[in-house]
Amino acid sequence: MAKKPTNNQEPDTTGHEWDGIQEYNNPLPRWWLWLFYATIVWGLWYVIAYPAWPLINEATAGYKGWSTRANVAAEIEAAREANAEINARLASVELEAIPADEELNTYAVSAGAAVYRTWCAQCHGSGAAGVKAGGYPNLLDNDWLWGGTLEDIHYTIAHGIRNEEDPDARWSQMPAYGDILDSEGIDQVVNYVMSLSGTPQDAQAAAAGEEIFLDNCAACHGEAGGGDIYQGAPNLADAIWLYGGDYETIRETVTYSRFGVMPPMGGADLSEAETRAVAVYVHQLGGGE
Amino acid sequence: MADSQPNAPQSLYAAREPVFPRKVYGKFRNLKWVIMAITLGIYYLTPWIRWDRGPTLPDQAVLVDLANRRFFFFWIEIWPHEFYFIAGLLVMAGLGLFLFTSALGRVWCGYACPQTVWTDLFILVERWIEGDRNARLRLHRQKWDIRKARLRLTKWLTWLLIAVATGGAWVFYFTDAPTLLVDLFTLDAHPIAYTTIAILTGTTFFFGGFAREQICIYACPWPRIQAAMMDEDTLTVGYRAWRGEPRKHSEEVKAGEPMGDCIDCMACVNVCPVGIDIREGQQLECITCALCIDACDDVMAKIGKPRGLIDYMALTDEVREREGKPPKPIWHHVFRPRTILYTALWSLVGVGLVVALFIRSDIDLTVAPVRNPTYVTLSDGEIRNIYEVRLRNMKNEPTRFNFSVKGDPSLFVTLEGTPYTSVEVAPDEMKLQRVYVTAPQGSDPAQADRTEIRIWVEDTASGTRDYKDTVFNGRGQ
Repeated sequence: MAKKPTNNQEPDTTGHEWDGIQEYNNPLPRWWLWLFYATIVWGLWYVIAYPAWPLINEATAGYKGWSTRANVAAEIEAAREANAEINARLASVELEAIPADEELNTYAVSAGAAVYRTWCAQCHGSGAAGVKAGGYPNLLDNDWLWGGTLEDIHYTIAHGIRNEEDPDARWSQMPAYGDILDSEGIDQVVNYVMSLSGTPQDAQAAAAGEEIFLDNCAACHGEAGGGDIYQGAPNLADAIWLYGGDYETIRETVTYSRFGVMPPMGGADLSEAETRAVAVYVHQLGGGE
Repeated sequence: MADSQPNAPQSLYAAREPVFPRKVYGKFRNLKWVIMAITLGIYYLTPWIRWDRGPTLPDQAVLVDLANRRFFFFWIEIWPHEFYFIAGLLVMAGLGLFLFTSALGRVWCGYACPQTVWTDLFILVERWIEGDRNARLRLHRQKWDIRKARLRLTKWLTWLLIAVATGGAWVFYFTDAPTLLVDLFTLDAHPIAYTTIAILTGTTFFFGGFAREQICIYACPWPRIQAAMMDEDTLTVGYRAWRGEPRKHSEEVKAGEPMGDCIDCMACVNVCPVGIDIREGQQLECITCALCIDACDDVMAKIGKPRGLIDYMALTDEVREREGKPPKPIWHHVFRPRTILYTALWSLVGVGLVVALFIRSDIDLTVAPVRNPTYVTLSDGEIRNIYEVRLRNMKNEPTRFNFSVKGDPSLFVTLEGTPYTSVEVAPDEMKLQRVYVTAPQGSDPAQADRTEIRIWVEDTASGTRDYKDTVFNGRGQ
């Protein structure tokens, strides 16, 4: 325990006085002083060891060569090495066999979610619900333009849709009927298309539109309007509309046609393992066949 | 330094006055030996107790399995979402400390605190190697020679071994003890194990060997909080000054006045592990280890005086005894509204935890509705909501969970990845399952904005059920 003061002398003061209160000139505690010296030594070492002095273009590097950028690169490289084995397995097994392999499936869904957020979410949305105004398809429903099996989804992701970059891209083109049909004919066929999905319409115009539909549209969309996944022809008889199911939007589609594109993700952007991972991820969102 | 130089400022640094507690015999010392043996025994041996839980689970009776997020305690297995059991135990520990402190003062500090127990053990080693108080004082004051170096090194080495065993025992609580013991010696154990052992070895060695009472006086917050829980009826260690004074050697005695019972033999001071004189009254440093009571009783017996010059007593007893009345009986101090309230609260939490333990289900689910988007339109016009459901199978066997939904008769459940409405979850595992609840086109939930629904799961083997309430979003038309 601390001893009580033994000398009765007036304590030494610094000479500073405020409102009668004097400041004692007491020494610092020994442990405090040691810590203070230690911080000075540590500070000098730190300036030499780590990036410290800002120069014109960059700071001094420090002898340890430490940098956050290098750390991140090392962490990414370590993660890549750690996943190398399972990625190789993912890229080489039978595609349709992945969902049955629990370990591979869990990895593919997690990895695919990350790939999706980086490469797909810009158009299809972070929740994969698509954007109707831009014609970006909803990936959660059970309606597929080019097929919803794992193989179909994988092919679409790898090669894209209607792009010049990949010769194997999925390709189809609807004519712009504004150049082929007159305004009344377009009105009639739009009414007929709406009747296919039971949407309220002008029954007379719709009846007149049936022949126009069978002559012009049924080749791709099917006589019943059920669409054709081999040509990417949308199903017109269901409740899902890529660009919107109201009269104005369908009329615009018929008049000018649509040309939705998707870049090929396989090859330059994504590795085979990543392409497969994101295909598995999309397949298990709710609509996979 | 200050004394020799008239004008030099006083040093603010006060070196520790070393304490050399003397050996003591008596009932409280014996009680402390027993408590030390029990607490150290529990600490060192618990990780080695085995408990068969079948092939998939660890067979260690007490195991904090951080890697797999499980806590095993004999027949009880706690999952992370049941952490309220741990919180409840901490509340009980807190209330228990309140109870004991209000009734018996710093009884935790004096008998059961690890700092006290390990310091006691270290002092035992010190006494065994260097001798009792006087021998240790001589050794402390003499210059370094071969003998002093030998004794000091032996003592430090023994302390170090105890410290390594202490740090070593700690890591056994976190992984299979026999495996880890082998791994530790073959250098195959995880670096965290070695780091933990190193840190705990260092703290045990330093706290028990050198810091000792300074931890209690300067570092520990508990003594400061305890004052709030003690009152004039709390039993603490005290000195019957009205009986002991004037003590022998004091100036009053020379004047020929009657002498008190205290013969100023300093036995109470010499045995004190925190280096105080209890005769100066209750002090911050006193951990109520009661060794001074044993020391004084021993002396009183030798000089033929009744025991209890230094004794457990309360402040109210002092007032009564000074008036010549007998002290209140012990139970009078212990059973007070305050201690009864603490006991009631403690029991309430305890009973609550036991009840919770018995009624807890061995299956559990959490439901996270997917709100991006709020609903999905399917090709035939059905409205679907997606829910991410976490299924916990806390049983030691595979369990099949069957889903159903209540809220509207038109709603039905489907699951991702299977055509059935049930999935199997492996033993002692959690499974994340995408669950779809669908409303047919034109049905009430499909047209409504929100429908309150309840998602049920049923263990198909045992029939145990559990549910979570959530919301189904429709088109809002």
